[in-house]
Amino acid sequence: MAFIALIVLVLLCFFINISLGSLSIPNKAIFNILLGNNENISWHHIIIDYRLPKAVTAIIVGSGLGVSGLMMQTLFRNPLAGPFVLGITSGASLGVAIITMGASILGGTLLGILASKWSIVIAATFGSFLVLLVVLIVSTRVRDSMAILIIGLMFGSISTAVVNVLSYFSSAEELQQYFFWGFGSLGNLSWNEVFILFLIYAIGLLFSLTSVKTLNTLLLGENYAISLGLNIKKSRFIIIIATSLLAGTITAFTGPIAFIGLAIPHITRQVFNTSNHKILLPAVFLSGAIVMLICDSISQLPNSDYTLPINAITSLVGAPVVIWLLVRKRKMVF
Amino acid sequence: MTKDKQHIILKTENLAIGYKSKDSNNVVASNINIELEQGKLVGLIGANGIGKSTLLKTLTKVQNPLQGDVYLNNQDISKYSALELAKVLSLVLTEPIASKNLSVFELVALGRQPYTNWIGNLSKHDIAIVNNALEQTNISELKQKKCFELSDGQLQKVMISRALAQDTDLIILDEPTTHLDMYHKAYILKLLQRLAKDTGKTILFSSHEIDLAIQLCDTLIVMTETEVVSDEPCNLISKGTFNALFPEDLISFDKITGRFKVNK
Repeated sequence: MAFIALIVLVLLCFFINISLGSLSIPNKAIFNILLGNNENISWHHIIIDYRLPKAVTAIIVGSGLGVSGLMMQTLFRNPLAGPFVLGITSGASLGVAIITMGASILGGTLLGILASKWSIVIAATFGSFLVLLVVLIVSTRVRDSMAILIIGLMFGSISTAVVNVLSYFSSAEELQQYFFWGFGSLGNLSWNEVFILFLIYAIGLLFSLTSVKTLNTLLLGENYAISLGLNIKKSRFIIIIATSLLAGTITAFTGPIAFIGLAIPHITRQVFNTSNHKILLPAVFLSGAIVMLICDSISQLPNSDYTLPINAITSLVGAPVVIWLLVRKRKMVF
Repeated sequence: MTKDKQHIILKTENLAIGYKSKDSNNVVASNINIELEQGKLVGLIGANGIGKSTLLKTLTKVQNPLQGDVYLNNQDISKYSALELAKVLSLVLTEPIASKNLSVFELVALGRQPYTNWIGNLSKHDIAIVNNALEQTNISELKQKKCFELSDGQLQKVMISRALAQDTDLIILDEPTTHLDMYHKAYILKLLQRLAKDTGKTILFSSHEIDLAIQLCDTLIVMTETEVVSDEPCNLISKGTFNALFPEDLISFDKITGRFKVNK
């Protein structure tokens, strides 16, 4: 029952998201365009080539980050964990920082060629997967998952430090370019890019789906899980791969979207009052999509020419919700 | 007429336990030869730091033996895969479970994990076994409660119930009576005694409740500085094994009452 309500909500938010924007387009026209009927050409262009891929991206980002946050919180038994504890964002930021700010230090005139959108995506992917590779190697060596958590944090510190050094030597324009990436953005993707994002995201989701039983076993703690026949290193490997595919790719394409990955699992646990991943995983998936669509609609500032950075909105909307839920129920469900 | 020899569930041969370090082995105990029969309640007692945990870790394949072998159902445990082992050996540990937001039923049902499909769906058969495990431990009425609502004593029963649901020949419990009051200590051990008898499972637990263990166990494994002995409690009393358990400056074992007394 609750799932049907969530699915209806997703569809509703999806439509609201498409119908809102700097240009006001009548709902009837939007329906016509979505159904493939002829309408005003520029409206058609705005809906099909801008708003629709943006809404699809919002769904991918919200659900993907939510699911990877859930997996990290369960794997590390830590309510503060999110998709980025493994150092994925730090790696991505470092990659982007090197492309946007390092070019002038390293080679001078390369900047103009390098700092195109695709090169940022590639740099971010490369950075996050490099960090991931190290984390994976570590994860097969250590027995305790907590060590991985600390190592992820250390990578975060190292890359922040390198980014600081780079920005100290950078020009104002380079800094601005780097910071714009850091604001996060859903709206810059063409259908081709959305397609590639979706492909990798789907593979990541498939991995998470196969981890549902593992995640439930991990609710008992690692030693019990091992006594139930779980191959802890293999399971950890799969969960980390799934998270990196989801969070790494999303970050590469949209920038580091804060908060969703941390907050959505908490909101869902409070609402559904369960720790069973057979319920949590799909619920987090749907809630993530809903919250992201709503946040994106707000950040559009409908009927105005301004767009707020999505990263600010996710925290502004999400944090009060989490606080309200925790205070109202007085008991944190974890 | 000799008594029928019961089926041996767990057997160790010349087992030496301890930790491997770079250049030398730190042997905690050696020459351990024990046999656990089917349907018996077996207590493992010994002073702090004598190596009870190391022995349990070695018997449960968490840690490798320094020497010798452990046989479970006549097969060397090093040859078991993790999943195969999970079907013959279940554990109740001292560590708290990671998420107390599980309901009692959900937690006990996790004991069925080695048997369920890739996503962990319970079959009718699984559900019947879970309900049976809940009944055997007298916690059916707690079924829908969340684990954070339970007392320590109730939670321990739930963990035992989970081990039952795992449906293994051998259940090993690490100090199942710590944190419990006197009544619940007796209750839990009495429950284990009944379960061993009713279900035919072998139950091995470590404990500091020597008085209770002497009264309730079929067999006791006593670890002292010099040796590891395994026998029926009354034989151990007449052999005077318990006197070797602790240094004699503070407490001594009274053969007649079967208890330790503080020296006056």
